[in-house]
Amino acid sequence: MTTLIAILVLGLIAAAFGALLGFASVKFKVEGDPLVEQLDALLPQTQCGQCGYPGCKPYAEAVANGESINKCAPGGEDTIKKIADLMGVEPEPLDATHEQDNRPKVAFIIEEDCIGCTKCIAACPVDAIIGAGKQMHTIIADECTGCDLCVAPCPVDCIEMRPIEQTTKNWQWDLNSIPVVELD
Amino acid sequence: MQSIINRIENNQFWKFHGGIHPPEQKFLTTNKPIRSLHLPEMLIIPIQQHIGVAGDICVNIGDQVLKGEALTAPSSPMAVPVHAPTSGTIEKIALQVIAHPSGLSELCIFLKPDHKDTWRERNICADYKTLARNEIVHKIAEAGISGMGGAGFPTHIKVDSKPNIDFLIINAAECEPYITADDLLMREHSATIVQGVNILKHLLIPRMVLIGIEDNKPDAIASLKKATESYNDIHICVLPTKYPTGGEKQLIRALTGKEITSGSLPIHQGIVMQNVATCFAIAEAVIHDTPLIKRVVTVSGQGLEKPQNIWAAIGTPVKDLVALSKSLQAADKKAIIMGGPMMGFTLPSDHVPIVKTTNCVLVPSEKELALENKEVECIRCGQCADVCPSRLLPQEMQWSAKAKDHAKLKELNLFDCIDCGACAFVCPSHIPLVQYYRVAKAEIRQQELLDLKAEKAKARFEARKARLEREKKERIEKQRKASEARRAAMEEKSGEGSTAKSAVAAALARVKAKKAQGKDVIEDPREAAPEKDTQKSQVAAAIARAKAKKAKAQQNEPVSPEENSVHPDEQVEAEKKSTDAGKSAKVAAAIAKAKAKKANSTKRDVETSETNKADDSKKSAKVSAAVAKAKAKKLQKEIGAEEQQPTPIPEVDKKANVAAAVAKAKAKKQQKEVGDDEQQPSSKPEVDKKAKVAAAVAKAKAKKTARNVTQVAVEKESMVEELQSEETTIETTTEIIVEPDDKKQRIANAIAKAKAKKQQAQPIADMASSNEEELPKEDNKAVAKKARIAAAVAKAKAKKQQESN
Amino acid sequence: MAFWIASSPHNHIQSQTSALMRLVILATIPGIIAQWYFFGWGNIIHISLAVVTALLSEFLVLSLRNKPIKTELFDGSAILTAILLGICMPAIAPWWVTVIGAIFAIVIVKQLYGGLGHNPFNPAMAAYVMLLISFPVEMTTWLPPLQLVSIEYTFADTLWMIFTDSTSLGYSAEQLRTHIDGYTMATPLDTLKTSITTGLTVTESISSPVFGNYFALGWEWINLGFLIGGLFLLAKGAIHWAAPFSFLASLFVCSLIAHLISPDLNPSTMFYWMSGATMLGAFFILTDPVSGATSVKGRLVFGALAGLLVFVIRNFGGYPDAVAFAVLLCNMAAPLIDVYTRPRTFGHNVEMK
Repeated sequence: MTTLIAILVLGLIAAAFGALLGFASVKFKVEGDPLVEQLDALLPQTQCGQCGYPGCKPYAEAVANGESINKCAPGGEDTIKKIADLMGVEPEPLDATHEQDNRPKVAFIIEEDCIGCTKCIAACPVDAIIGAGKQMHTIIADECTGCDLCVAPCPVDCIEMRPIEQTTKNWQWDLNSIPVVELD
Repeated sequence: MQSIINRIENNQFWKFHGGIHPPEQKFLTTNKPIRSLHLPEMLIIPIQQHIGVAGDICVNIGDQVLKGEALTAPSSPMAVPVHAPTSGTIEKIALQVIAHPSGLSELCIFLKPDHKDTWRERNICADYKTLARNEIVHKIAEAGISGMGGAGFPTHIKVDSKPNIDFLIINAAECEPYITADDLLMREHSATIVQGVNILKHLLIPRMVLIGIEDNKPDAIASLKKATESYNDIHICVLPTKYPTGGEKQLIRALTGKEITSGSLPIHQGIVMQNVATCFAIAEAVIHDTPLIKRVVTVSGQGLEKPQNIWAAIGTPVKDLVALSKSLQAADKKAIIMGGPMMGFTLPSDHVPIVKTTNCVLVPSEKELALENKEVECIRCGQCADVCPSRLLPQEMQWSAKAKDHAKLKELNLFDCIDCGACAFVCPSHIPLVQYYRVAKAEIRQQELLDLKAEKAKARFEARKARLEREKKERIEKQRKASEARRAAMEEKSGEGSTAKSAVAAALARVKAKKAQGKDVIEDPREAAPEKDTQKSQVAAAIARAKAKKAKAQQNEPVSPEENSVHPDEQVEAEKKSTDAGKSAKVAAAIAKAKAKKANSTKRDVETSETNKADDSKKSAKVSAAVAKAKAKKLQKEIGAEEQQPTPIPEVDKKANVAAAVAKAKAKKQQKEVGDDEQQPSSKPEVDKKAKVAAAVAKAKAKKTARNVTQVAVEKESMVEELQSEETTIETTTEIIVEPDDKKQRIANAIAKAKAKKQQAQPIADMASSNEEELPKEDNKAVAKKARIAAAVAKAKAKKQQESN
Repeated sequence: MAFWIASSPHNHIQSQTSALMRLVILATIPGIIAQWYFFGWGNIIHISLAVVTALLSEFLVLSLRNKPIKTELFDGSAILTAILLGICMPAIAPWWVTVIGAIFAIVIVKQLYGGLGHNPFNPAMAAYVMLLISFPVEMTTWLPPLQLVSIEYTFADTLWMIFTDSTSLGYSAEQLRTHIDGYTMATPLDTLKTSITTGLTVTESISSPVFGNYFALGWEWINLGFLIGGLFLLAKGAIHWAAPFSFLASLFVCSLIAHLISPDLNPSTMFYWMSGATMLGAFFILTDPVSGATSVKGRLVFGALAGLLVFVIRNFGGYPDAVAFAVLLCNMAAPLIDVYTRPRTFGHNVEMK
């Protein structure tokens, strides 16, 4: 009898707490960003497609579905680390198939050579190239994500990727990089 | 407010948190008068010496300038001009390491003094009160005055502010060790400084003027007191010596008890602060019409034999000042600090020029300053937090900075750090805290910029995707409508040239055309001809069929009979160029390809017409032509277009075809010739490659030529007119691509550049045409000539390309 | 020609962490002398043992971690930890207890957490608590003050005792601990606790000779010695006033309240101050910056909490002295205290000040 009462009481308590927890989980549910959104927010949004997906969002979706996290070349180690944190996995080194030079770049059109074919305009994922048919094209440097996608379609190879120059405005206080120059 | 004034009048001031008492070392220079102006062999004047934007250079190399002449003209309110500190010649305008911790180079004007020191014409203004307020502000702006205390904020913006200023604070604290420039200036020129203060008073109409000065400058205090005897509203506020009393927010706190809210400016709380040296410069500018061309610089440190204060012309290289004071430093171990020991920065070169914000050049001896880095682990002693004037937690920020935890750093209010260096000064573990914060700040700013950019890129990407989607839908919708219209039309009329029903014919044409498309052969716009008139749908269908068939079969005949009958001349010309059958087939293929390319590129024009509602007539003609062309590409469904448009006449297109073929052939030939001539000696695989490259270029150019011809024919305009119309196209396109507001400038630049390119290209074309060997023998119409010119351009480019290879 | 490049400030107060540590070590001297005077050579032997062990283990771990040995080994922190541990040891505890304690303090509590500046707990106190729990007998073999012992013993005797568990003449620890009047006696705190549990009042209990004329024979002077050292550190600016002040004040207030409520069960406030490790804790342990709170407000809270805990544990806990436990508990709370006592940044929430 005592055992029965004990079981009953414990059972009831368990049920009560279970109900409480269930209620709480419904009532106080925290609406988090869906995983894909969070991943997308971590990606650099260059829309470069170097990961093999047509844009950052598709890659975010792929990562959420188990694609490896080390395919974002423009994001580099930082992005991989952040994704690893979010996904709760170990960070991996950047996919070796990507070029190692991760400096931020912008595309540059060598204007003498441009024939105005508009192919790069069609390729640019962020519409950062101005120009029209048989007009010389130019890059809106501020909008260029440095994704590299316009380089390949150019029939006369007049687009090159140039690293963003360092100025006093974007200097990162790297004292070791200061060149000690002596003119004499 | 009244209580604050009472307290100030009783000389009771407030305290700010923290602060340190570093060894002052002011005695090194404080007992010597300011050395008079020294002119070096060469003045290096950076065009930007303040916060904001640089002005536009308004002198040229070789120009003779007079003393006080402006070298740059401000292009925006945040720009201040720089002036020639003496008369002389502009030697060069080049990049030079400037006074910045990064040691990076910026544009500087090199002025070689002629040692005549000839002034430009000056307008001495004895009584500034006769001038209107905005005139005074204008004078200050013209004189190129920016804050001389350190930050270098343009002064004319600060003094041209709203009324209701409670306090005008003159910062004479000079709390940095070693520096005595302001001290000496106050002692020697207190009258001028007070004049400057009065001008500021006249501009700002403050309730009170406070001169904040530390008690370690008794002579300066006495001198100022004497100069302000007759002014009741100027209070000399003597504060206890403590670093960093001279910090803007700290001085405001110490003098008025007010705490400037983080992220806001003192002006929002009715306070304006100016440095004493700035006051001096204002008086000089307004009364004597003397721009800011010299300043007092303390040249101090135990590494010098004769530390002293010097009147230095802006642009004097540090080297000259150090030489005047006789450096004792070993030649292989130099250390020069610009600014004080607490907030100054080390220079990578002694050619760095003095700028408007330079108040000190410090040349320390080897044991004088903490030169080596002995960083050990933080033991959380909290001394840094005790001395932080911003009441931050430096040790926690240091950990977060090391861990690159930007969110935590922002939570710890990293951006309230004023870089004063008090924390690093007291740190027993010798941690370079300020350096960590600076790096973190720069990184956070960079990251924010990147985030912003990523967001924008994402938005643009999404917008582009949406646009492509929309276009696709519209196209499908249009096709549907067109086919309905055609069906209706065909039901009314019977077919022509075929016993089957017109609908069947159309369907057949469609199928064939599709097949042709599959072969990378896209139909010509000439098929679009009938779309003007829906009655002729059957004709179009027939043509389409014929074309498709032709493309499919790769016939030897380059042009279909229908076209042949229309224009035999071009046909002949084309045939002449391609005598054997195989070659002519190639030409045909090339034509088809060129057309495909053209159709492709006209897509952009289609966009233009679809999205832009502007009703420019010239533009619209072109645009609609483009639309028509694009439609022609999808001829099989496009016949019943609902819009009425002027249509390119088939013959023009045909001409273009032929011209393209000709151009290509020529280019190829030319390339071959060149290739043969030049490549024979080398006889290596790269010959092939080069030839290929050249061919590609030539092809591309030929494409371009083809399009040129079409346009010329359609519009029947001269080259100049065409140029204009092209501009219109660019404008139309760019208007869609970029947002209108902040990018106007860039667009204009792009257009200008495009124009320039165009004009450049023209003479080349002319030259090329004069060298032309093969002239089309018959039918030297304008069109043909254009084609030739274009071909020549292509050739020239091809040649160039080859040479550069 | 080479130009020297560095980040500002280029000026430094020229103080060093190691100098700070040396100063603290210097300040322990008055207390150690008092200890020596009342309890003989035992603690000095333990201090030496602990210092040697600590330096050896520090050297070992630093070399394993590829750290700069020269700067970190002699930064004084390991020596200070060892000295504090040695001071806390009962005078005739066996040598291996101290050795284990010192190794534990340096290797586990300090270096495994990342070395100087990263240890969440005070190494000396954590080691002491570990020893107290692991070796309760050895860690409670307190000697009565020399003035009360029945058997005279010398430096050699103490050394013999520590290393062989008996003096050269064969006396055991138990015998050494025997009072003149024939029974073994623990520390005053211990005695008081035992007496009160057996139903005696405070007045009755403190009639025992271990309490001496004032509060606790010997211990009062030792505490005074550490107080002098602490005041010296305060005057030198080596430690911050907040934690010791609030600790002592909190202990004072708690004991005063208790004493006023029930004088029979609670000794006077000064007894709390002058017995056990109160002053050592106040000026040498709680002021350890690494494991303490950082802001002034935080340190006040930190010290007050420690004072309260000392009082609670001494009165209601199972152990007679409580400084070590209180310090460890406060170390745990320190990060939380830091978060909640962040100072208002200049220019933020100006209206709320």
